[in-house]
Amino acid sequence: MPLIIADNIHKDYQVGDVVVQALQGVGFEIEPASFVSFVGPSGSGKTTLLNLIGCLDKPTAGTLTVAATDIARLDRKESAAFRGSHLGFIFQDFNLLPVLTVYENIEYPLLMVQNVPPAERKERIERLLAAVGMADQKDKYPGQISGGQKQRVAIARALVTHPELVLADEPTANLDSQTAYAVINLMKRMRDELATTFIFSTHDQKIVGEAEVIFRLEDGSIVAKEMKGGASHDESL
Amino acid sequence: MMNLYKIALRNLLRYKRRTLLTASLITIGVVFVLVFVAVSGSFKAMMIGQITDAMLGHIQIHKKGYVASIDNLPLNLNLNAQTAARIDEILGKQKNIEASSPRLKFGGLFSNFVESTNIRLNGIYPDREFKTVPLLTSRISEGKKTIAKGEILIPALLAKGMKVKVGDSVVIVATNKDGSVNGKQFVVAGIMEGVTGPGGRDGYVHIEDAAEVLRMPELEISEVAVRLKDFDRLHPAAREMEKQLTGEFRKDDKFPLEIHTWEGLSPFANVARMLDIMTFFIKLMLVALVLISVLNVMIMAVYERIREIGTMAAIGTPPGKILALFMMEGLSLGVLGTIIGGGVGLLILFILNVAHITFNFGQQQGLLLQTYVNPMDFVTIAVIVILVSVVASLQPAFKASRMEPIVALRHV
Ligand SMILES: Nc1ncnc2c1ncn2[C@@H]1O[C@H](COP(=O)(O)OP(=O)(O)OP(=O)(O)O)[C@@H](O)[C@H]1O
Ligand SMILES: [Mg+2]
Repeated sequence: MPLIIADNIHKDYQVGDVVVQALQGVGFEIEPASFVSFVGPSGSGKTTLLNLIGCLDKPTAGTLTVAATDIARLDRKESAAFRGSHLGFIFQDFNLLPVLTVYENIEYPLLMVQNVPPAERKERIERLLAAVGMADQKDKYPGQISGGQKQRVAIARALVTHPELVLADEPTANLDSQTAYAVINLMKRMRDELATTFIFSTHDQKIVGEAEVIFRLEDGSIVAKEMKGGASHDESL
Repeated sequence: MMNLYKIALRNLLRYKRRTLLTASLITIGVVFVLVFVAVSGSFKAMMIGQITDAMLGHIQIHKKGYVASIDNLPLNLNLNAQTAARIDEILGKQKNIEASSPRLKFGGLFSNFVESTNIRLNGIYPDREFKTVPLLTSRISEGKKTIAKGEILIPALLAKGMKVKVGDSVVIVATNKDGSVNGKQFVVAGIMEGVTGPGGRDGYVHIEDAAEVLRMPELEISEVAVRLKDFDRLHPAAREMEKQLTGEFRKDDKFPLEIHTWEGLSPFANVARMLDIMTFFIKLMLVALVLISVLNVMIMAVYERIREIGTMAAIGTPPGKILALFMMEGLSLGVLGTIIGGGVGLLILFILNVAHITFNFGQQQGLLLQTYVNPMDFVTIAVIVILVSVVASLQPAFKASRMEPIVALRHV
């Protein structure tokens, strides 16, 4: 069964008297453990779509099922709980909490979102610190490490709760291209190890090549779906 | 919980200067209130002590109507011997009473054989009077600290004005209830300092001498002064006494006595009440100060950290924990201010005590200001500050917890 099923999703924004149709009937399915990218020009609806999948927003129309849950039915509290237990987030600006060390940032969701006992907490954090190559920096504060390092910490934070799905909206936009590749490859390696589904958005064509499934967005519609290795088949209807 | 506390504290430390500034504001408020409460409280306690223990006693019993015309010391409103005896008997049975002292008060003429002036006198049983108002003897600045029959204690101002010294003979002349005049010679046994308030410049003679001057066939009593064992239970004790006496004396729905606590007898009670009101308003200002400064800081804290709040919310932090986080921050500010303020305040009070500050109150000079903080006052102030800090953080914290993650994350 697919991890995500999107059926004819619409999302409208009311801006003053004008209705902006950010998504206009988007439908797709994403299988577990896939490595997916949404690509498209600015304003094509990538963030909007990721916010919906991330249970941060509700579609105007259509149904969106994530991890067998109809996310439109969740209220505020349930949404927060759902995000905390099923999803991980990676942000463009890294969004680490500045008052917490690298170690504590990764620990945060285990303390404040889930309630993981101390011994297991320590084990999980240390495993991920090693996996993202930040073990020797664990006592530094976010202000003391580079952008690429911050994003690696953010990846560890997103994965520490063992989510089924990690969402990353333009995770490499603030990184130079070499670091960007490293970050994407780290994400891919984590997918390989943990079988966690990753979805990231980007408008960087070079980075897109790293994805295994690519959805091309334009003006709020999916205009193409490409599978790595296979021929690109046009799915625009 | 531990983690919330850690994050809250680190966020406070993140804006060191602002935190320090706010904490100092709270500190100043706490210090001010603490010192004011301690000084005014000590002053009040001391003045009340002077008034009750050197003159009035805690409670007084009179015949109904006596206090209203107490300035003339009316002889026709005395308690007769039989009533006085019954009052004595009832008071003797009450366990919360330390001592009581019947007094016969009258106005007369004081003469040093050259000139004469008015004097107000209390006829007393010296032993009972000194037990009821133990500080009375401390007011006797010259002469012996007691009186026997044939002796008189006179106020210092009178002694000075009439140039009378200890050991001199003087004459007291008084008009009795029936209008006949009588005189008696006394020896000055001592000279006493005045106390502010009515009765503060009265002289004292033995009660039997007083009855003799007034030619009373049997001893009448103007008032009975009462000293309680526990002054803090003044009002319940007064009520209890009233009940007992009412049970004994009520006749045809009329109660022939009146019972007053010192507050109903001394104008200083109003000063004390004023002090209480001022203390209340100063505490109110502390509340306002803490409320505004904590509210201000917390509103800023929430506004500055909108994106962080968005991040926390997005990754699934329950709204309740975000609320708790900011509440904890406000609470810590209050606790910090209370601790520093409490420390500094106590230090200042300690210095005040060491400095031996004295003050004058009316006739009394060189009273030593001994401040002490009632632990209850300290606790009250701490509770006020901490509670208000929490209340002040409530609105900003609530706002933070209600933020929509996507809106907060988009915030720049
Ligand atoms: N909160 C909002 N209110 C109004 N309009 C919005 C809002 N969010 C997005 N939009 C509009 O919806 C459309 C899609 O925006 P979205 O942010 O999803 O695009 P994007 O593909 O993420 O663009 P970018 O690459 O610049 O991040 C745009 O036209 C945008 O202006
Ligand atoms: Mg975007």
